Amino acid sequence: MSDQPDLPRAARPFVAFVSLLRANGFAIAPEQTIAFLAAVELLGPRGPEDIRLAGLATLAPPPERRAAYDMLFRIHFLGGEEVSGSEADDDEVVRLQEEGRGEDEPPLADDSNESGAMATRGEALVERRFGPAGASDALRRLARDAPARLPRRRGHRRMRARRGPWADLRRTLREAARNDGEVMRLGWLKRRTRPRKMLLLIDVSGSMKARSEDNLRLAHTLSQAAPNVEVFTFGTRLTRVTRALRIKRTEQALAAAAHLVSDWDGGTRIGDALQAFLAVPRFGGYARGAAVVILSDGLERGDVSALRDAVAKLSRRAWRMSWLTPLATGKGFVPQTEALIAIRRFVDDMLDGGSSATVVDHLLSLRNRRAA
Amino acid sequence: MVVRATIAGIGSPEALEKALRGAYYLADDGIATAAYLALALGKPLLLEGAPGVGKTEAAKAIAAVLGRRLIRLQCYEGIDASAALYEWNYPRQMLAIRQAGDQSIDIYGESFLIERPMLATLRAPDSTVLLIDEIDRSDQEFEAFLLEFLSDFQISIPERGTIRAAERPVVVLTSNRTRDLHEALRRRCVYHWIDYPTAEREARIVMMRASSVAEATARAVVAAVGKLRREPLSKSPGIAEAVDWAEAATLLNKGGARWPDAFKRSIGVALKDEEDLAFIAPRLDALIAEAVA
Repeated sequence: MSDQPDLPRAARPFVAFVSLLRANGFAIAPEQTIAFLAAVELLGPRGPEDIRLAGLATLAPPPERRAAYDMLFRIHFLGGEEVSGSEADDDEVVRLQEEGRGEDEPPLADDSNESGAMATRGEALVERRFGPAGASDALRRLARDAPARLPRRRGHRRMRARRGPWADLRRTLREAARNDGEVMRLGWLKRRTRPRKMLLLIDVSGSMKARSEDNLRLAHTLSQAAPNVEVFTFGTRLTRVTRALRIKRTEQALAAAAHLVSDWDGGTRIGDALQAFLAVPRFGGYARGAAVVILSDGLERGDVSALRDAVAKLSRRAWRMSWLTPLATGKGFVPQTEALIAIRRFVDDMLDGGSSATVVDHLLSLRNRRAA
Repeated sequence: MVVRATIAGIGSPEALEKALRGAYYLADDGIATAAYLALALGKPLLLEGAPGVGKTEAAKAIAAVLGRRLIRLQCYEGIDASAALYEWNYPRQMLAIRQAGDQSIDIYGESFLIERPMLATLRAPDSTVLLIDEIDRSDQEFEAFLLEFLSDFQISIPERGTIRAAERPVVVLTSNRTRDLHEALRRRCVYHWIDYPTAEREARIVMMRASSVAEATARAVVAAVGKLRREPLSKSPGIAEAVDWAEAATLLNKGGARWPDAFKRSIGVALKDEEDLAFIAPRLDALIAEAVA
């Protein structure tokens, strides 16, 4: 605080609180600090609750970090010592067991996990580090061709056109005004296209170990190349990594994503993961009208009916649903596992996801495909 | 920053809460404080929350408390300046040019201007409340356009010049959080996340909104709705659904249906998704029995 000598004494604790919040990753602008000070003054303040509410209203911590805000508030103003509850972005990580459907816990986990005492729920909570690797040819191709070849949809905004369904009255009138009110030529409008939403669900369980790093790199390239891409990973948990992948530098983004995901190489409960995804209205909305791409081998350890229901629901919301599995090699792929057979009729494209090149091929071919 | 400690006779969050109660809106400390600060600091109020927690109702109640006209701008994808701000009446302009003949005419006069919600608020900031509803439905272009409006409260019409509000208007924005809003937008506003109310407060809301509902019914419905919200449903029932459910069950009961049965038969007004209904159906009896007890 000594570096802020001009501040009135009374304002210092509040400005220091803002610094504390910033140090803990809350984005707070100077104008918000000013509003906070004004708000505290307006309210009295008659007690700590006034200060807390003033902070909530003016500093606007996002709702999923409300608990962290409250904890920092207690530490700063009330001298609390709690450092226990590790603040997690709970909104972004959905623990599947809490979203379970009240039935028996499905048998899960890879055999390797079951021996460990910690793996009672089939979770091998580990963090993964990625080594540096240059962009492969496939990823470079994706970055280059994405703007021209990713799927688009008709938007609601209109743009000038040579011919179109609507007359451009504004332009026509302006031209007419120049010609003493004589309409020489009618301007036209048509609907502009926009990039279609894309939803990428990446399986990071043990059986997909060989592919998960490449798939995440691919997701990063796609996130950078297209504007509205949502990316989730699933294994025994469901994790939203969209925000981490918005970081431009590849290694930094992958490290951030790897840090978020805690169920690398564990068991698989695809059905439960997708159910959990659909149960959060905000997440479920990402699938609506989107090109949904699931990168998974479909080796389901849980209940096949849960998987089938979830995929059916997802495919009704999606514009087109693709399931890319490393098991599908060659043209005449016939699914063998029980899970893949169950979901085959809801999936529009069940294709090879065995390498980045084949995944990129499919993504870039989506534009020519129709809604299904 | 212009700070007005008292607006329309309201000088504290408690006074605002009391006034809102008079307008049939039960506010908790959080929202009363946020709304008071927004009014006092002259900033827009951004309300976020799940569908059906009463965001739009809050804006209506604030307008009623201030005795102002509510101007509602419903957002949708592709909404643009001609729908939010102003538009010229082109056919009329064209007709005027034709009729004017040799005389000169100003086709950008007042009579050719069609006022849209944002312009209407700028012109009468002391007698209106602007509600920009479901901002998350609009696209990023519109959000960027709003930023300019919300920081300076002025707009420019190329043909007529800049129009500035005489005082800072009261603006309420709502969002269902179907997508993340731009940080810059959150920064300019006083923010409040509306959570589902506590059971106690929700029961009072139900009774206030539906006067025919008995207290025991209201409490049972609120308990049942509280349980439903903990289930992984694709659409959890909001406050509006709780009110409807209580009203529907009361109506069925008056028509002769027994109590737990009346709740069960009217579940359709609380859960409106076929799959949610199918999912909850096996346990519905137990859930209602627990709530009624």
